[in-house]
Order: sequence, then structure tokens, then C-alpha cells
Amino acid sequence: MRRETTILAGAVAVLAAALFTAGAVRAADTADTKTGGIGPTIKIFKGDKCVRPTEDMRRNHMKYILHHRDQTMHEGIRTTQYSLKNCVDCHADPKTNSVLGKDGFCSSCHQFAAVSIDCFSCHSPSPENSGQPQKAAETAPSRLMNLMRLSAENARPRGDYP
Amino acid sequence: MSLSRRQFIGIGGAAVAAMAAPGLRLIELANARSPAEAATSLQRWGLLVDISKCHDCDACVTACSTENGWYGHNRPASDPQWIRKVTLKDNQSGYVETLPVMCQHCEEPPCVDVCPTGASFKRADGIVLVDKHICIGCRYCMMACPYKARSFVHEDTTNQKPYAPRGKGTVESCTLCVQRVDAGRIPACVEACNKDGHEAMVFGDLNDKSSEISKRLASAPSTQLRPDLSLNTGVRYQGI
Amino acid sequence: MAHIHYREFDGPGPGFYAVLGVLGALILIGLAAALYMEHNGHWVTGMSNQIVWGTPHVFAVFLIVAASGALNVASIASVFGRQLYKPLSRLSGLLALTLLAGGLAVLVLDLGRPDRLTVAMTYYNFKSIFAWNIFLYTGFFAVVAVYLWMMMERRMNDYSKPVGMFAFLWRLTLTTGTGSIFGFLVARDAYDTAVMAPMFIIMSFSYGLAIYLLVLMAAMRGSGREFGDVVFGRLRILLGVFVAAVLYFATVYHLTNLYITQRHGIEGFILVHGGQFTTMFWLGQIILGGVVPLAILFSGVGKSRAMVALAAVLVILGGVAQMYVTIIGGQAYPMPLFPGKTIVASSFFDGQIATYTPSLPELALGVGGFALALALAAFALKVLPFLPQSLSDADADPHHESAAKKQAAAA
Repeated sequence: MRRETTILAGAVAVLAAALFTAGAVRAADTADTKTGGIGPTIKIFKGDKCVRPTEDMRRNHMKYILHHRDQTMHEGIRTTQYSLKNCVDCHADPKTNSVLGKDGFCSSCHQFAAVSIDCFSCHSPSPENSGQPQKAAETAPSRLMNLMRLSAENARPRGDYP
Repeated sequence: MSLSRRQFIGIGGAAVAAMAAPGLRLIELANARSPAEAATSLQRWGLLVDISKCHDCDACVTACSTENGWYGHNRPASDPQWIRKVTLKDNQSGYVETLPVMCQHCEEPPCVDVCPTGASFKRADGIVLVDKHICIGCRYCMMACPYKARSFVHEDTTNQKPYAPRGKGTVESCTLCVQRVDAGRIPACVEACNKDGHEAMVFGDLNDKSSEISKRLASAPSTQLRPDLSLNTGVRYQGI
Repeated sequence: MAHIHYREFDGPGPGFYAVLGVLGALILIGLAAALYMEHNGHWVTGMSNQIVWGTPHVFAVFLIVAASGALNVASIASVFGRQLYKPLSRLSGLLALTLLAGGLAVLVLDLGRPDRLTVAMTYYNFKSIFAWNIFLYTGFFAVVAVYLWMMMERRMNDYSKPVGMFAFLWRLTLTTGTGSIFGFLVARDAYDTAVMAPMFIIMSFSYGLAIYLLVLMAAMRGSGREFGDVVFGRLRILLGVFVAAVLYFATVYHLTNLYITQRHGIEGFILVHGGQFTTMFWLGQIILGGVVPLAILFSGVGKSRAMVALAAVLVILGGVAQMYVTIIGGQAYPMPLFPGKTIVASSFFDGQIATYTPSLPELALGVGGFALALALAAFALKVLPFLPQSLSDADADPHHESAAKKQAAAA
């Protein structure tokens, strides 16, 4: 009798956690000041739209990037629509010249979603011809340090953002 | 002020010659692939080094490191090396010569054979590259390369060039400046060598019989490094 | 037909947990070393662009080779039908698994991108012997696990012979693949030879049996079980034969190279003026790892168990020395880029003999892998019945005189 109750309680806890996470992710998608400031900072500096619609990019940008990198690497196809360099050229913050950092375009969402990315251990987070050398803090930290920092940062609510 | 037909043709011919003079840019632009086109085996890129014109300078090395964003950390044993100058002395005659050595872009690359994930690969147009997305950093290709052309990134990288990504824990080597070649330009080392007036290096399409490199290879003897290995390298030397 | 009884290791608790504690500490130090190397990059190690595979690889390849050889004892029982070795088979399979696990752990943790292990397991270039080895190593785990199951579950005992044969062929392929990692390389004078594959197979027999013998002696002694002279004598002779065979292969390898003028450079380096490598070769691999164990095992000295244990330890040390000479010495000698010429200057150490000193993180990682293998084996021995109850002469050989006495007494 007691064993079954424990199993039931455990299952309910897991289900609750899963639903909460799903809800939080949904909230992140449409995060704004109404949610009390929880969510990534998304600042767009250039252009009026991305190469694909925003909803499509939110879900699928990884697929586009992965497919395109194989094409560029192995076949030498250098179209710019899905090129990572093109993303960086457009999305880099003009003040920091980077897509990383506290409010960087890539870092902000990825830190909030706790999905560590590997791209910038090799790729430059600065646009071409930016002229400004990378600051040391901008380089991608080691994967383990990244994990430890992410869990610490996600515990804090963020302030208001535009 | 009207021109005679003869004057017009004369001026027109001079204009065309003036356009063609600075480094044969017309031919270069015609070779550029459109970005949406894949590389094919119709072209095979190669490099010819004429050692008799190679002297005690390292313009090629400096140009490569500037173009591709690699630099040393005062640790010569583990610093990156994409191209280096080597000075030789003949054991019997004592004759001294110097030459640049880089990835030879073999037709049968041992580094490609041994890579467990296929990260070391040969592109259709003959350029041997490392796909750093799938390189696990096992360094087997470095064991296998008969020219010690590859180096391992031993530390965190910073200030990478946006068109030449490189990162810690992966292996790298001369890419024949693939980002330039795809845009119809020539590798940085060749450009630097020619700009300095030495003109010891020629880059071009080995499959094109009318290219300068093919004509030079057809008209004078040339060798590969370690020819006994039968790797059919894309880099050839004249004057060793 | 005597029925073999197996029981879990039941030796005194404090001693056993002390051993586990020491091994655990070594494992933790190894893990810390791996984290240090991965976080800072390999510049903190002794490895460089000249010596790309260093001390971790020496230990890793040694452990992998020994793992394959440790299964030998089980193969002799299952494949060649020698009943005397049957009680030894379970421990043989266990050691094969744990030694391989230790070796692979070191190899993976030394990768430039160990976080890309899943990439290594999903992207394959089938022309690469390394890719084939990844299959062979992971498959070995499955094959030996099934083999152990066949041996340990009574209902499946009839299948232990065909599965044993499959495991035997699998590990011959695996060791051939490991030797071919070096044998297939045309670039360097020390490699590029077909003899690497069979040489590694013979070395696996020798190193695997040495580790097996030591673990068996320690486990039987630690749990107070009898380890008779009949079985011990057989294993002693077998080890001696394998050590002699390894010396033979080393002789053939070097003799052939001495006949090839092109290879005189590398031979002179290893045999005469290679400094640390020459010492490692003659003192480590040949004398301590070969001649001295042979003298012990085949002479009257071999009657002492302690001396045989010493011989086994020397074989292991000689094996590590041999791997050091092959892997690091083979890289230290410069590649013949320009035959007939001397390289006067190069910024990439062309033409120069590369210097190498093992660094502490590398050593810690390699030793940690060894400790992992032994710790896993110790843990498994404690929880499952791998160890035979008795290896006394009477139990091992029914025709032995002490067995006849036992029967007469029982009658």
C-alpha cells in the first residue's frame, strides 16, 4: 500500500515538473514585462526581418545552421542566407561587437534556455570588418564552467528589458 | 574633336591592356564560382614553388598568419604552424637552399584515410581540409601526415577571423586559403610572395592545361616531396 | 568430473576496502588531471605538435592490448578445450572487460574534444583503422559480456564454446587493429610495417597473462583460497613462453629494419643514441621486461611464488616501456622529408629529434585508467561469483596424486 503511494507521488511530481518546464519555455517564447521580467534579452539592431520568419527561426535555426555548415564545409557552397557569419554580421551588438556577453543575441536566449552552444569556441562572435578586437570575456568558456555558470544565473530573475 | 578609326582602336587596345596588366584580374574573376555552386572535380587546385626564387624571407608565413588569424604564444613546440620555411643543406655538396613547406594537398592523403570520423577530408576540387565540427581532436591525422603539415590547437583561441574559424582541441592546417579561392582570389602566401616581387609561388588549376601553373609544370622539371609515397601532391617544387 | 564452485570474494573487509580506497583516490586524481587538460588545453602537458601522442596513449594502448590478452585464459578453456583452465575463465573475461574500460577511458579523456564522443560513435570513415577499432572495442564489451553470461549461467554453458570461439576471433581482430594503428602509417620510419599486427597480438598474450596472474594470486590469497602448484605451474610456463615470443618478434622487427639502409637512422636512434628511448628499450623492454622474467620463470628461481609475481610485474613494466619506445620514440625521430639533405633551420622542428618529458597530468591520467580497471575488477569480484572456490591440485587435476589420495580417504 505505501509503496504504491510513493510511486504515485513520484509520478505526479515528475509530471508537474515537466509541465512547469514546458510552461516556462512557452512563457520564454512570448516573454515580456507582463511575465515579471523573466526571459532573454532580445535586441535587434539591424534590418526589419530575419532571413526566415521569427517563429520558424526560434524552432529551427539550429537545423538551418547545421545543414548549411556541412554544405559550406564539404561542398564550398557559400550562400549567405543560413551562414553563421551572416547571422553574426546582423545580430552582433554594435556596442560590444559580439553576439555573446550578458545581453548578446545568442548568449541571452541560450543562457535562459540552458542550452550550451559550441559554435563560438571556434567561430568569431564579431562581425567581419568590425575592427574591434575581441575582449577576453567574450570568448566561449569551457563547457563545464558554462554549465556551472548557467545553473547559477538561471536562479536569479532578470530585470525589466525593452 | 573627332577620333579617327585608327586612333579609336589604339585607345581601346591600350585601355584593355591597362586593365589586364595588374595581375591578370580578368582571368581570376572568370574563375570565381558563384556562391551557390558546389566545388567540383573539374578543377584541381595546386601550388608551384620555384625554389630558385625563394630567399631568406618569410613573407608567406606572415601573410598566412595574418589572413587566417593564427599566432604563437611563445611556446614553439605547441604553437600553430600552417606554413613554415625550411633551410636545407645537401649532405654531399653542401649546397644550401630554402623553401616553404605546408600541407601538400595530396591526391591520396594519408590524413584522410586515417581520420576516424571523416573530419579530415578532401574536397572535390582537391583541397584537403579539416571539418572542425566533427574533429574529435584524436591527432591520428598528425601521426599519419608524412609532411608534418598539421598542428593541434593546444589552447583557447581568440580573435579568430570570421572567415577562418579555429578552436581549441581540434587539428588545423593550410587550407589553401579556401575562403579566398572560392571567391576567385589566390592564397595569401602566393599574393604576398608576388607582391614582394619574389614570385616564387604560383597558384592555379592543375586540370586546366592553359593555366600558368600547368604551363610552368609542363616546361621545366618539378618534384613532389617524398615522391616515393605516391601521394600525387598538389604542391610541387622546382629546383630542389 | 569434479564440479567447479565459484564464490564472491570474501576476504577480510578492511584490506579490501583499503585497496579500493587507494584505487579510488588514483581514479579521482586521474579525473582531475583530465579536467585540467581539457579546460586549459593540451599546452599544459608534455605533448606537442611533435609528440602528439604521449604518456596517456602509452597507458591506454597498453591497457587495451592487455585487455585482449587477458581473455586468452578463457579462450584456452573454451576454444582449445583444456579443462584445467576452466575455473580460470570467468576472471579472465572480467579482466578483459575492465582493462578495456580503463584503457578506453584514458583514450577518450585525452581527446582534444572529449565532449564529441557521440560524434565519434555516429560519424564513421570506414577506411580508417581507428574507426574500425571503435567498433571492435565497443563490440568487444558486448561479446565478452555475452561470453561471461554463457559461462556463468548453467543453462547456457553448452553455448560457451561457440561464443568463446567468436570472442577469440573478435579479439584477434581487435588486437590486429590496434597494432595496425601504427603498422598502417607510411609517414614514420618506426611504423609502416606489417609485423606490428602479429607483434601486438603476441604482446597482448604476454601482458594480459601477467596482469591476470597477479590479480588471480592477489584474489586467491586475499580470500584465503588454495592456489595449487599444478595450475600455477601451467600459468608460469605459459607466461614464460609468451615473453620469449615477444622477444622473438622484437628481434625480427629490428633485424629487418637493420637490413633496410633507409631505416638505419631510426634503428641507430632506438638502439644506440636515443637517450631516454635507448635506455627504455634495452633496460626496460629487453632486459627487465624480457630477459630477467625469462630467467626467473624457466629456472629453479621460479619455484618461489614471490619471484614469479616479481617476474609478472617486470613483464608489465617492460610492456609499458615497450609502448613508450614504440609510440613516443617513433614520433621523436624526425621524418625523412628531404633524403640526402640536412635540415639546417626550421621553425617547426623539422629534422630535429623531438624532446619529450612526461608531465604530471598525463601520468595521473594514465595511472588513473589502470586504477579504474583494477577497481572495477575488484568491485565485480566482490559482488558476483567470478573467483573459483579452490584451485588446489586435487580439484584442478583429477589424475593428480593428491586427488587419488583424497578419493582413497573418502572411500
